[in-house]
Amino acid sequence: MPRFLKEFFNRNGTGMGLVMLGLVLFWTVGLIILPQLSMLDFSFRPNLPPPEYGGPKDVYTLENYRYLVFGPEGGSQDFNRVDLRVFYRTIIAALFVTLFNLVLCYPIAYYLGQSKTSKIRIFALMLIIPYWINEILRAFALRIIFGESGVINSALVGLGIFDVPFDFIRNDIALYAGLGYAYILLMIFPIYNVIESLDRNQIEAARDMGASWITIHRRVVIPYAKPGISSGCTMVFMLTAGALAAPQILGGPSSLWFTQLIYQQFNDNNDWPQGAAYAIVLLVTCILLVLAIMRLFKVNMGDMGK
Amino acid sequence: MMSAGVGVDLEDLWIRFGDFVAVRDANVDIRGGDFFSFLGPSGCGKTTILRAVSGFLEPSDGRVLIGGRDMKGIGPNKRPTALIFQNLALFPLMKVWENIAFALEIRGASAGERRKRADELLEMVALTGQGDKLPAELSGGQKQRVAIARALCAEPDVLLLDEPLSALDLKLRQHMRTELREIQQRVGITFIYITHDQGEALTMSDRIAVMRAGVIDQIGNGREIYNEPATAFAASFVGENNVFRGTVKEVRGAEAVIDTNRSGTLLATVSPANRDKMKPGDKAMLFIRPEAFSIAETGTSGDHFVTARVTNEEFEGNVFNIFMEGEGGKELKVSLPNLGQSFESHLGAPMTLAYDVQNAVIVPHGDLATE
Repeated sequence: MPRFLKEFFNRNGTGMGLVMLGLVLFWTVGLIILPQLSMLDFSFRPNLPPPEYGGPKDVYTLENYRYLVFGPEGGSQDFNRVDLRVFYRTIIAALFVTLFNLVLCYPIAYYLGQSKTSKIRIFALMLIIPYWINEILRAFALRIIFGESGVINSALVGLGIFDVPFDFIRNDIALYAGLGYAYILLMIFPIYNVIESLDRNQIEAARDMGASWITIHRRVVIPYAKPGISSGCTMVFMLTAGALAAPQILGGPSSLWFTQLIYQQFNDNNDWPQGAAYAIVLLVTCILLVLAIMRLFKVNMGDMGK
Repeated sequence: MMSAGVGVDLEDLWIRFGDFVAVRDANVDIRGGDFFSFLGPSGCGKTTILRAVSGFLEPSDGRVLIGGRDMKGIGPNKRPTALIFQNLALFPLMKVWENIAFALEIRGASAGERRKRADELLEMVALTGQGDKLPAELSGGQKQRVAIARALCAEPDVLLLDEPLSALDLKLRQHMRTELREIQQRVGITFIYITHDQGEALTMSDRIAVMRAGVIDQIGNGREIYNEPATAFAASFVGENNVFRGTVKEVRGAEAVIDTNRSGTLLATVSPANRDKMKPGDKAMLFIRPEAFSIAETGTSGDHFVTARVTNEEFEGNVFNIFMEGEGGKELKVSLPNLGQSFESHLGAPMTLAYDVQNAVIVPHGDLATE
């Protein structure tokens, strides 16, 4: 038995240790790894009716992946332009939402991290309470707010800034606002967590040596907060790219989110293998992108857990 | 060397936090090139004064002048001061040389120039070749030196030090005292040093301000502070001291007779700050240092003899300590230098001590420093 396992059992006792280990294994293997593996398996199979499972036609194929790139066989176009466009638009929009979130949340997290605890409690509560409400309800609420006769348009028209209501939905502004709002906490808390442990004296020392606020953040605060920033960005990016409710409810008619395509494959087309292939492509792309960005900014996976 | 540096003046300085007065009417004239210490217990307002000089805090009233220039409205990044924090506040993610040259980086110096200056400063603080390490890879004393080098790199006129030695162990602290004093004499700029450790203040400083509860009790050089305390607090906070409470019976020029509560009438010197201010009938305190006593024939009486029962004796190497019944439950401590003489135990028996009137100081009745 490896030493860390032995120590683990010594600390927790054999019975409790086995229970904890069992739960963790069940969680990771049973609820994460196995379902994903079965999705992976699905994605390489043709879409067959149940009686033909295991039959002569049930062979591994790359057809589902080929479809995403080149479209239906014998189709009029060289590439599956529609789906590919949705795919890269989703990724770029998710990156944009992440960046926007970071710009918005960093000052809040910095302010919270440097304030006294009593102040933070109220502020944190105000941030958390909206999350007691169901995600779909929140999306619908935003839809109403951004709607043609919603609060924002009434105010803008009432103030005479616009003559006619602005269509926030068609222009995807409601969508980006909804996506941005949905994961704000996941950006704020990791950054707040790191900045809270930053010694105030370091900021004062830099200021004492003549540094401007921008320099202080560039040279002292941001390098220190990097693990929190990358962990926040990763979560927001992954969840935004994989969001379904917000695009479904807040998206304009022209904007399809890639997850909506996946949803259509599973539910409307009843083509699980095709849906699985799309989901796998999205997952792998997101992971690779996150790893690439982490390398670019020299962040270790281990630092993010801090 | 004294003329070179830039002086700091505090004029009628008040600092309040709401109803709390942290600094009350401080007037200090710190001469350029001096090593000046603010000495006092924690919470006495000394760090507040330092923050007002560095610019992190605006005075509620009064002025801070550096080199004769009023610093009102000038932020910490624009003042000719550099502050060394109690916890040093080195930047953990920057290499040692980057830490040191940070002030130059802000001024837009090239990497080559910065590296060169950092190496010069590293040599000055005896850390040659350590520039590429991270602060966490250095020992406590080395970090200390990096913090000094980093502050000096900004070429300040005044270096402010906020108890920078408090995190070090005793040996290193004593060593760093000497080193700090040497560095100060080499660079010739004004040092303002904050400490609660009287040993540090006495060994390093040209002048010392003793502070208590926001008030400066006394300003003077080490010997003045130690030998001629102005207040009961200064007498009891700096070094060990034995107190005798009583009333002034008679004033004879610089000397006065005190009618003490337990030890009869004693003659002593009125401390210079209080001369001509004390008159018969005033409540007063008489302080005699443990080392100012000598043994006399038991039973001798007179106005510079004290007799009390010995409760404990200990041998400390360089001194014999004798503890006797003092007043108010406090022991009377006597330290006799070990000169190889024979020592006769008086444990449990009365013993008579003589003191030199010159070394016994009278101050007005006041609060003692609590340990």
